[in-house]
Amino acid sequence: MATIIGGIATTHVPAIGNAIAKGLQNDPYWKPFFDGFKSAHTWLETNRPDVVVVVYNDHGLNFFLDKIPTFAVGAADQYQHADEGWGLPVSAPFPGDAEFSWHIIEQLVGNEFDVTSCQEMLVDHAFTIPLALLWPDAAKRPTKIIPVEINTVQHPLPTPARCLKFGQTIGRAIESYAPDLKVLVVGTGGLSHQLDGERAGFINKDFDLFCLEQLVKTPEALTRYTIPQLVELAGSQGVELLNWIAMRGALTGRVSKVHSNYHIPISNTASALLVLDNHPAKQTELRKAG
Amino acid sequence: MSSPHQIPGTTIFNGAEAQKGLALNKMCFSFNSAENRAEFVRNPEAYCTKFGLTPEQKAAVRAKNVLAMIEAGGNVYYLAKLAGIYGLNVQDIGAQQTGMSVDAFKEKLQAAGR
Repeated sequence: MATIIGGIATTHVPAIGNAIAKGLQNDPYWKPFFDGFKSAHTWLETNRPDVVVVVYNDHGLNFFLDKIPTFAVGAADQYQHADEGWGLPVSAPFPGDAEFSWHIIEQLVGNEFDVTSCQEMLVDHAFTIPLALLWPDAAKRPTKIIPVEINTVQHPLPTPARCLKFGQTIGRAIESYAPDLKVLVVGTGGLSHQLDGERAGFINKDFDLFCLEQLVKTPEALTRYTIPQLVELAGSQGVELLNWIAMRGALTGRVSKVHSNYHIPISNTASALLVLDNHPAKQTELRKAG
Repeated sequence: MSSPHQIPGTTIFNGAEAQKGLALNKMCFSFNSAENRAEFVRNPEAYCTKFGLTPEQKAAVRAKNVLAMIEAGGNVYYLAKLAGIYGLNVQDIGAQQTGMSVDAFKEKLQAAGR
């Protein structure tokens, strides 16, 4: 059976893509951010996932406002990145796993999450940048990647409580998949930031640090917020925290923190990284047996 | 479709906003294509007309005024594609919306970390 080995959440600011393209990792502005990933790289080298499920939000590359699904799941064997209009280099295609995707879709819909299935789906920087950060060498990247998209653009947005349940249902779907695969769940975006309005530049360090702490052991603490409260506390685009909450929901075992990093600012954003280990009972037994 | 929860300096992009801003956001969505960006640059006014922008939306685009675009239903994820055509990044548009210099806006971001 597939097992969930852990979860990682990271910021996905487009400027990171340009910094990678220009090789600015040791530039004084960028170094505190990129250095945070060294522990994640070590953890990934040790744990080597076979499959990555990436929970992110589209920013007007694949979905337009004519049709916006609340939850969408990729169901393809390959996903393309494309020109997003703001000068980011276009990434090479990403390999998917349509069979695993359909299993997740069937389990989600069977458990009352009526997702949109996407046999064709462009993935944007919110998907490509976290992968580039976690595996700077694309050749070492897991060969199967499944995109899961949450609407964080067009209100009404799904509530934090709903996103936690969505993640829990994804977690159970993964664990009911027969092949022996090690699965990593990634959530992208955030933390606090606001790009629009007179409140542009809003950052809330206290709330971010609170979220980073709660996400480890008590993600339920974040489900009491309404979306307007989340906008107020995290900023208009800080609601991308929903992707982190869904990621955390998928970790159904005993969860412990491996590493976190928090740095202000990257572009207009409070950047953060959280690496979590997931220890399902079954997995512990398997490791001992192996 | 109304939003009872008012947050200063913040527009919740709800159904009413999305309906109001459809033409403007649709135009900005088209800027995912380099060919469309070039067509806009050649004749912005004609390109706005092609997408059926309202007079208010056209005036905001003409003035490169982000707050006015938001007032006309623009969503920042789409507007950022238009800003990119003019070589403006999110610090530039942040400075414009808050009435600060770009340096002062960047300093405000730095200060949030201290």
